[in-house]
Amino acid sequence: MTEWINAVVQGILLGGLYALFAAGLSLIFGVMRLVNIAHGDLIILAAYMGLSTTVMLGVHPFLALLIVMPLMAGLGYVLQRGLLNQTLGPDILPPLLVTFGLSVIIQNALLEIYTADPQKLSGGAIETASIPVGGLAIGVLPLLTFAIAVGVIAGLQWIFYSTGLGRGFRAVSDNQDIAQLMGLNKAHVFGLAMALALAVVAIAGILLGMRTSFDPAIGGGRLIFGFEAVIIGGLGNLWGTLAGGVILGVAQTIGGKIDPGWQLLAGHIAFLIVLAIRPNGLFPRIEH
Amino acid sequence: MTGPRVTRATRASRIAMVLGAVTLIVLAAAPWWAGRADLRLMGEIFLYLSLACLWNLMAGYAGLVSVGQQAFVGFGGYMLFALTIFGGLHPVVAIAGGGVLAALISVPIATLIFRLKGAYFAIGTWVMAEVFRLAFAQIQALGGGSGTSLPVAIVKEIGRKKAMRESVSYWLALGAVLCVLLAVYVFLRSRRGLALTAIRDSEVAASGLGIDIWRTKLEVYVVTSALTAVIGGLIFLQKLRISPDAAFSVNDWTAFVIFIVVIGGIGTLEGPIIGTLIFFALRETLADFGTIYLMVLGLVAIVVMLKAPKGVWGLIRDRFDIELFPLSYRVHHPKD
Repeated sequence: MTEWINAVVQGILLGGLYALFAAGLSLIFGVMRLVNIAHGDLIILAAYMGLSTTVMLGVHPFLALLIVMPLMAGLGYVLQRGLLNQTLGPDILPPLLVTFGLSVIIQNALLEIYTADPQKLSGGAIETASIPVGGLAIGVLPLLTFAIAVGVIAGLQWIFYSTGLGRGFRAVSDNQDIAQLMGLNKAHVFGLAMALALAVVAIAGILLGMRTSFDPAIGGGRLIFGFEAVIIGGLGNLWGTLAGGVILGVAQTIGGKIDPGWQLLAGHIAFLIVLAIRPNGLFPRIEH
Repeated sequence: MTGPRVTRATRASRIAMVLGAVTLIVLAAAPWWAGRADLRLMGEIFLYLSLACLWNLMAGYAGLVSVGQQAFVGFGGYMLFALTIFGGLHPVVAIAGGGVLAALISVPIATLIFRLKGAYFAIGTWVMAEVFRLAFAQIQALGGGSGTSLPVAIVKEIGRKKAMRESVSYWLALGAVLCVLLAVYVFLRSRRGLALTAIRDSEVAASGLGIDIWRTKLEVYVVTSALTAVIGGLIFLQKLRISPDAAFSVNDWTAFVIFIVVIGGIGTLEGPIIGTLIFFALRETLADFGTIYLMVLGLVAIVVMLKAPKGVWGLIRDRFDIELFPLSYRVHHPKD
């Protein structure tokens, strides 16, 4: 029995990481209806940037965030204004294919620089530390990851609904042309949204790198986890995304408990079941 | 005094048809004039061209942008192995059977993922492909995660001698690309093709004219899934070995195919042909550079998408107003 409770608890905590994969994806879609196929590869890029920073400066991965986050945010702004803004429009093909091309470029650039060998960020003592709770051992790192996910989503909610920047996001999301007429520069607002999304991606990448080993090819899988969390939770609802991540995480750990080969499959099946019975997700906010 | 005439065929399309027929005869005779490596390469080109035409029909005409066609390539490949090893079928029958089975399973898949719109549909197809990959990796009888080879006895059913097998495999690929091109061409010229073109141009207007959009898209999805599975079977008949990672590779069976169609010109029949030729020309010259070559390919696709969204064939068509496959109508006014 404790084994199963343990699987559920581990799944919930894993869900925090998936919610972090998903938050940026959800934000970008909410603000500009863009689905970024390169999202997973950007997470892996952030993990490698964390690797280079920790190796070069000899600092802890959490400190590396101070460098990786601004770099990723800057990259997001430049990418959006220099490239992705040109793809936005009524046709869905250009953004899809351009981000798909971007995904292939990032993946192969990482392969060229870092080779295909799996890497890991070394977090030191925190990786193995755990807190005993009623017969279970809860890892400090997964717990911290979950807490960070909750914090990030609360922060994004706050930015979205309580700041001038968030008002801009909501305005361009509702109607781009009228927002422009009200004096907002939508190209700039989109740039800021992507910068914010990639700052979250930086956090997700560093936490992923400390949790498991990574290589340049695994980006696509991370995109899929994030996407599933978004759809399970319901489009446009950030707290729903966290719930979606948790459901996905629990499905995976329970599936993995039954048979290790079923871990990923169980997550996908949970997603397909939700899609079959609640196509708008469990907690939909906007409907399109 | 006669009224205006409407034609579809043009001088360019008639010349293209004659040239196409001559090319076909020359290609059919390739086993007598080409070396073994060339034969293999040409077979591969035909199969990629088939995949590109099918993806183009889905994305360019039906607006179903899939990044998960590897699901059906891999499924067709695995069906070849399963139906020959366990069903005792002849490989060619097994490949056709794989197509039929793919059509059957594509219906429930479509009812699920058609609930996702636009770009989310794309990622949904990818999830499906992952489900296929993980599920086939669980089947121990087919080698599980490490895959399996086609037994020698089954390979011999294609032809006793190696040269014979290679020729048959080549002819099958040539026949497949011919069937796919003809099927897409006939489909697009038919009443349903017209409906599809209307949906491509405006879904709202098309549904206003009484076209059942969901049904039309479903038909396209089922037909492309079946044919993609057949091509998958032929691909792994050439390779003679299958594994989940090779069968359901997003790079090999979807990324390359998308780049081919985008570079050649999406939403045209000529585009995939030009794109395939450019792709293989690039691959044969840059293949030694490995990752750099893939980065160049991604970059070229991005630049084409931004600067010339209709691709290379779009540029040619806008410049010279020609069409090799007569799909559109032309009105000729009589000279007084």
